Amino acid sequence: MSVHALSAGEPAPALSLSTAAGQAVDLERLRGKVVWVDFWASWCTPCKRSFPWMNEMLAKYGAQGFEIVAVNVDRKREDADKFLAVAPAQFTVVYDAAGKAPAAWAVKAMPTSYLIDANGRVAFVESGFRDERKAEVEAKIRAALAARK
Amino acid sequence: MRILPTPEGARPPAGRASRSDTGAKLTGALLAAIAVALSGCAAFEPPRAWEKGYLAKPEMQFDADKLDAKNVQHVYFSKEGSAGGYGVGGGGCGCN
Repeated sequence: MSVHALSAGEPAPALSLSTAAGQAVDLERLRGKVVWVDFWASWCTPCKRSFPWMNEMLAKYGAQGFEIVAVNVDRKREDADKFLAVAPAQFTVVYDAAGKAPAAWAVKAMPTSYLIDANGRVAFVESGFRDERKAEVEAKIRAALAARK
Repeated sequence: MRILPTPEGARPPAGRASRSDTGAKLTGALLAAIAVALSGCAAFEPPRAWEKGYLAKPEMQFDADKLDAKNVQHVYFSKEGSAGGYGVGGGGCGCN
């Protein structure tokens, strides 16, 4: 069991998963963009609130090179589909039912989100999703986008 | 039941282990196998954060039904004078 925590400044681990449509998504190929990697599950209550916020962030900053990859860790695909019917996502959703990605990314709570800067390094780790943290997290996203230049 | 005495100098038939010897060996082997198998229980790890799907189900909560929980707590209070000592927030997501 790995107790290593993935912290800011470290290079992001590999992430190569497929969307529901079978399209391959690889974090390496998104290098140069600021990526928000979010680990979520249908049974995670804060995730229901985080999805509208992530849609909002993508709408606001997508044109500036912001990308969101949401990794679903449900064992059964139907659970994820039911969740997405209630909380639709305009961002990329990939699936990892085997749970290899959350282990590699040292996920300690659900949801956990990682802000990856344009150089492929972890800029920021956010455990959980709380409304009072939204402003601070958005500021971090803006800072990472500004550092892109 | 009268056990017939073994004649003097009698031995088990040559070439075969006696019954009690085999039995002891088998029991020993079985116990050893059980001990090795049970040692796996010592390597227990709690579920990782992303494996807590089942724990988040409503039937896995202690107080899934609020009304029922209130009733039970009221009964505890009136019958034994106890109060408190229950309740953990969450939903099994491990974020708190």
